[in-house]
Amino acid sequence: MASMEKRLQKELQALLRDPPLGVTVDSDKTSRSLSEWTVDLEGAPGTLYQGEKFQLAFKFGPRYPFESPQVIFTGSNIPVHPHVYSNGHICLSILTDDWSPALSVQSVCLSIVSMLSSCKEKKRPPDNSIYVKTCSKNPKNTKWWYHDDTV
Amino acid sequence: MDSEEDMLYDEESDHGSSDNEDDDFVDMGIESEQGSASQETTIDDFSYEVLSPELIVQHMVDCIKEVNTVVQLPATTTRILLSHFRWDKEKLMERYYDGDQDQLFSEAHVVSPGRKMSASFKPSSSSRKNTRSAAAAAASAENIECEICTLTYPQGMMTGLECGHRFCTACWTEYLTTKIIDEGMGQTISCAAHGCDILVDDATVMSLVKDSKVRLKYQHLITNSFVECNRQLRWCPAPDCGRAVKVNYPDARPVTCQCGHTFCFSCGETWHDPVKCKWLRRWIKKCDDDSETSNWIAANTKECPKCHVTIEKDGGCNHMVCKNQSCKADFCWVCLGPWEPHGTSWYNCNRFDEDEAKKARDSQEKSRSALQRYLFYCNRYMNHMQSLKFEHKLYSMVRQKMEEMQQHNMSWIEVQFLKKAVDILCLCRQTLMFTYVFAFYLKRNNQSIIFEDNQKDLENATEQLSEYLERDITSDIIVDVKQKVQDKTRYCESRCKVLLDHVHEGYEKDLWEYQDEKY
Ligand SMILES: [Zn+2]
Ligand SMILES: [Zn+2]
Ligand SMILES: [Zn+2]
Ligand SMILES: [Zn+2]
Repeated sequence: MASMEKRLQKELQALLRDPPLGVTVDSDKTSRSLSEWTVDLEGAPGTLYQGEKFQLAFKFGPRYPFESPQVIFTGSNIPVHPHVYSNGHICLSILTDDWSPALSVQSVCLSIVSMLSSCKEKKRPPDNSIYVKTCSKNPKNTKWWYHDDTV
Repeated sequence: MDSEEDMLYDEESDHGSSDNEDDDFVDMGIESEQGSASQETTIDDFSYEVLSPELIVQHMVDCIKEVNTVVQLPATTTRILLSHFRWDKEKLMERYYDGDQDQLFSEAHVVSPGRKMSASFKPSSSSRKNTRSAAAAAASAENIECEICTLTYPQGMMTGLECGHRFCTACWTEYLTTKIIDEGMGQTISCAAHGCDILVDDATVMSLVKDSKVRLKYQHLITNSFVECNRQLRWCPAPDCGRAVKVNYPDARPVTCQCGHTFCFSCGETWHDPVKCKWLRRWIKKCDDDSETSNWIAANTKECPKCHVTIEKDGGCNHMVCKNQSCKADFCWVCLGPWEPHGTSWYNCNRFDEDEAKKARDSQEKSRSALQRYLFYCNRYMNHMQSLKFEHKLYSMVRQKMEEMQQHNMSWIEVQFLKKAVDILCLCRQTLMFTYVFAFYLKRNNQSIIFEDNQKDLENATEQLSEYLERDITSDIIVDVKQKVQDKTRYCESRCKVLLDHVHEGYEKDLWEYQDEKY
């Protein structure tokens, strides 16, 4: 769908031109077809993740934005957080059940930054080891039971 | 779209207008008065009727209308409210008149009709991101950017629900199509805006989605949830049937669909008298979990006990004759014992010998004995099920036979006994099948011994009837055979009734004791 490529193009331009604080699109690692993006995140000042650098990998299916993008943490530093598994999968409802086509790469990044920022104690999800062993490669195939999102 | 919302179920509206005439969902609603009535079956005070897919929609429309004569809301809003209350009209009315209406609407995820006016000018509180486009919508005549595709459109091409969130029609169509086709969502599709839980109504879907495949799927999803939520309705479980049965009150009773399938209204399984739904459910779960059972089904072949040639059962009768010409052993499929004793008065294939079991317990582990006990009942249950699968084969064979006989100066009436015999045979097999489930959970007492005697007797007679029917009935011997078949049929029918009456009486008088929960 050509208009959807257009939307991704626009999203990319906007993010490159006017990136929100702590969010940077790695344009070298972003594929030419725009179906895969890499976004660098920085832990917000005054939070447990201050100064840490993380990387998010976005994958867009042909029905984006009507279907949600696949979003995982990649690279050497996976944040230690109660909603982030050690394989990079993120338990965040807007990435599956609560996805809306009116959301965007930017709003997803901001939600993840704010999820990190509100963390009070750095620890892995309680079911981390079993999940990482048994999960599908694509986090969208996981039937998530959303953890209490006040954490 | 707002102005169209009444058209879906409203007879008075002009349904001939061009954008609606291919709308079968709407048409079904409009034609509701002319829809053909289905037949009602009544036993005692229990009655039911079979609804075709069209009648299901009509019934849904009637429910909406009935409520609407009182509450006077747009039909599409009423539909959402009714599905919120699982189609319980009384409950909806009660809440509508006794409770806080605003809270009711917000629970059901629709914008309260009283708030409509203000809502279209200011976005609802749940909207965080759409302030810009909603404000722009109010400003009118301006081009607005669709937040999904990021293209700009004149205001007239933007649309949305009462919540005020607006997107271009192309994006709406794409959004609804994705929800319906990819996610299989019908009545729970909410507004496309992030965090907005206002539900999309039928008229909106119908006005935005033009692809007939998607429309059909949507209608199916809506009627499906209507049937599944409604305690007085159940889909016929026969594959590809598509009809539903409507009862005057839900109960564990046999209902027969127009397709011929008879099932239990309460649980949807094949009619399973004498066992109760609860025990059958437990049994089915056990069978599904048990690898022994699946092994048994997979290995539906046995060796001839004499010559060890592999034999596959291809008919319903348990009397097997080895096809190996040099062997030709007669044996019983169930116990693999010689057939001789089975043909006469004693038939020992129905009962798990408790003495034997005791011996087994002494010599072997307890778990092994439990497994053997289970396999015993499972074996017999599966065996009758397997035989029932040949039912259609038997019917076609009998039909052919009946035609032959009519050519040999027998009247149509005179040959009906054969069909009747197959009917009774199937009834008995089905009953027997479920008697083993009943027996599996039963604790031994005086009544259970009577039950097992009845079971043994019925099983014996059923096998005899089955064997008569499988024999080659030629027109020469028909006169002799007819009397035998008729007698046996009558006997089976009466034994079946005796067995069921006894179990029912036991239910009423609380005579049955059950095995421990461990099974
Ligand atoms: Zn759009
Ligand atoms: Zn909305
Ligand atoms: Zn049916
Ligand atoms: Zn039942």
